[in-house]
Amino acid sequence: MSKSIARLKNRLFSRASLRACIALVVFVVLWEIGSRSKQWLGVSLPWIGQVPAPSAVMSVWGDLLTNRGYWESWYLSLVRVLAGFIAAMVVGIPLGLLMAVSKTFSGLTFPTFEVLRPIPPLAWVPVAIIFWPTQELSIAFVTFLGAFFTVVINVVGGAKSIDSRYFQAAQAMGASQWDIFRRVVLPATLPSIVVGSSVGMGITWNVVVAAEMISGGGSSGGSGGGLGFFIWNSYVGGSYEQIVVGMISIGIAGYACSEVLRAVGGLATPWLRQR
Amino acid sequence: MADNNTARPAAGKVGEIRVDNVSKSYGTGLFSKTVVHNCSFTIERNKLTVMIGPSGCGKSTLIRLLAGFEKPSSGSITIDGKPITGPGKDRLVVFQESALFPWMTTHDNIMYGPRARGEDTPQAQSQAKFLLEKVGLKAFAKKYPPQLSGGMQRRAELARAMINNPDVMILDEPFRGLDAMSKELMWEYYSGLYEESHRTNFFITTDIDEAIFLADRLIVMTNIPTRVRAVLDVNVPRPRRLANIFDNEHANEVKMQALSLLHEEAMKSFSGGSRAAADFIEAYAKRGGGATASNPH
Repeated sequence: MSKSIARLKNRLFSRASLRACIALVVFVVLWEIGSRSKQWLGVSLPWIGQVPAPSAVMSVWGDLLTNRGYWESWYLSLVRVLAGFIAAMVVGIPLGLLMAVSKTFSGLTFPTFEVLRPIPPLAWVPVAIIFWPTQELSIAFVTFLGAFFTVVINVVGGAKSIDSRYFQAAQAMGASQWDIFRRVVLPATLPSIVVGSSVGMGITWNVVVAAEMISGGGSSGGSGGGLGFFIWNSYVGGSYEQIVVGMISIGIAGYACSEVLRAVGGLATPWLRQR
Repeated sequence: MADNNTARPAAGKVGEIRVDNVSKSYGTGLFSKTVVHNCSFTIERNKLTVMIGPSGCGKSTLIRLLAGFEKPSSGSITIDGKPITGPGKDRLVVFQESALFPWMTTHDNIMYGPRARGEDTPQAQSQAKFLLEKVGLKAFAKKYPPQLSGGMQRRAELARAMINNPDVMILDEPFRGLDAMSKELMWEYYSGLYEESHRTNFFITTDIDEAIFLADRLIVMTNIPTRVRAVLDVNVPRPRRLANIFDNEHANEVKMQALSLLHEEAMKSFSGGSRAAADFIEAYAKRGGGATASNPH
């Protein structure tokens, strides 16, 4: 226990975290100076002069922390991301493995898959709205698409690049096809699954925000809302500080999701850990 | 000791491989290349047969034929009288590169075979324990392969093959790429494992010291297309230790004999235009092996 506390201490006060702090502070200070350029210089700098200052953003954010609607936006976006992401994993991993293992299946599905893959998830929005009975399902579906193709491509690539030595060794020791699949193919593909899912998670956040902006509030029958709608609403309402709060919130949420995935991925692939 | 006896793999009265007039060529017509030509030898049961030959002579092709991954162009290969038609559980091949599963601990790697066959019995467990100890990896049972040294990985792989109790173990330069010190350590571990069971072992190498240390019988191969040049018996008592084998007069005699045969083969291929043979000829001349090491031009 004391060991892990010591390790945490080391991590917190390491040179790397010191650098990270300095970088963040410098960034915020430059931003503050830039956005107050009208006060300092008399003219506002292009672009940065229009952005609300971090101090203003922080004070607006402070007020929002006790606002129920703000946290509801978090909750709604998170649920949609998780729904789309989990669906993408549940459908994508078996599909990818099947495509890698079976030539017949791959021949039947891969061309269709490759035609659908380049279509941006947002191009699916109108169709999704027509397809699905509720707005909530439409958003979840578009989010699902964002992660799905990335997960499948990574799983196929990972499973196909397994060294044939492992198959020969397993076969020589009398393993059945099922055993090879379960104890060679699956664990050998796991690192690619972890990579695919963390990339996919990033894309789901991109997609969910855009989908929420397009679908708008609760006007079309769904519950609406979400961080994407929060930003759009702030823009419409003219509260520029809130826009920035929404942006940073998405950044934090995405980062937290990636960290959780990294931790889970690390636990699932103990042989890749250093030392 | 009594406890160990139950865990020790039993030596069977099986596992004799006959290679009869085998040839193997790749390609057809003008571009065909014969790698193995009219090759005949026997891998005797319960003996450690070592095959040595110039590098690139076609030994690995022979291994693939014995393993059943490929079929000979002509001739026949039989194990205990039955022809070899494909890969089988009776023969287990350990290849040059490690094929340990990186996602399994050393212990789980060794237990892979028994578990794959649904034989995760207390007997298999105790055999795994015995083998782990025998190859000096008891303290590393719960480590993953990337955490082991190169030599440890090879040892783990030997143990993983041994636990399956194959009739014949076939090893294709398993210690290649290790440094000299670890190589010698491997020889002692490996011959210790062999002496434990006395199952049929077929070991391919290009290293003459390795060959002499390990072999009961030594098969010297010709250059490509390869066939048997000579079969030498190495009558050095077991258990063998590094400390005494190289003082053994008989062992040294066999070594010189094998070296001069290999030298003749190298000379032939050198005059045939092979530059790979030049290193061997130069080294042989330096050690005063023979007056034949003149410039073939």
